[in-house]
Amino acid sequence: MLDIYGELFKSRLLLGTAQYSSPATLRQAVEASSAEIVTVSLRRESARMRAGQGFWELIEDLGVRVLPNTAGCRTAKEAVATAEMARELFGTPWIKLEVIANDDTLQPELFGLVEAATALVAEGFKVLPYTTEDLSAAEKLAAAGCNVLMPWASPIGSARGLINRDGLKSLRAYFPETTLIVDAGIGAPSQAAEAMELGYDAVLLNTAVAKAGDPVKMAQAFASAIEAGRLGFEAGLIEPRDMASPSTPVAGTPFFKIDRVS
Amino acid sequence: MQILVNGEPFATDARTLAELCTMLGFAQAKVATAVNGSFVASAKREATPLAPKDEVEIVAPRQGG
Repeated sequence: MLDIYGELFKSRLLLGTAQYSSPATLRQAVEASSAEIVTVSLRRESARMRAGQGFWELIEDLGVRVLPNTAGCRTAKEAVATAEMARELFGTPWIKLEVIANDDTLQPELFGLVEAATALVAEGFKVLPYTTEDLSAAEKLAAAGCNVLMPWASPIGSARGLINRDGLKSLRAYFPETTLIVDAGIGAPSQAAEAMELGYDAVLLNTAVAKAGDPVKMAQAFASAIEAGRLGFEAGLIEPRDMASPSTPVAGTPFFKIDRVS
Repeated sequence: MQILVNGEPFATDARTLAELCTMLGFAQAKVATAVNGSFVASAKREATPLAPKDEVEIVAPRQGG
């Protein structure tokens, strides 16, 4: 089971709610994904459009847990104020903490991230920081009280998969007890399965499903891939090797002659 | 007086954040607020006076990744 601050979940897929072609597609994709947790954000509400009110009704109706984010925040101060607004709005102490350094890479600003995480933990938040695979940042976040870490696979929305597989592997090895969720950059079910095979506890993604030709089918594909990857990890993968090793028994091979063995 | 609401110039005679929210039709809406970069809880909106050039943020749930 996926452990988020002591709460257990069967699904290891966390799904974003943005970029779907319609509210109906969003609903169907969430249902097909079997996700029990979806990410949401907060944005300026227009007195005329009141877009947020309808969106909230849809989310409430889905009956899933929400994980609000601080997407777009550039400083620790902005992220803290956004998290505080999110806690009141969504009624949850969970926060997907994002402090963004750069518009091109949308990479985490790690110094601001640690500063904001420290402040929010002190305020009673349960912080899920969007971070990189950097071990020193992870250590500081864990020391600040983050029981969950969410390293990127590659830049948000890039669909490039695990660009630093070794780094993610190290992070898993250094933090065997921490809940680790690969967040961002996943484009294909196979990439999600790869993260799960490394022993990651869950995968958080949005664009790969929302922008797929058939988002509902893709949500199912990710659900299956994540389950398969997790089973593979639990089963224990064999180590890769350079040379071939026959799977069929050699003993008793017909026409076998010892002088042909190289 | 002139303030900023969600980044846009806005002329209002609202004395408090609660009054402003009511004037904008947000009294019962699912919104959260901040003034000059700091969160203001809904229970504190009435006790939060507004001054010229204040920067008010009024946010609501939205799709997110």
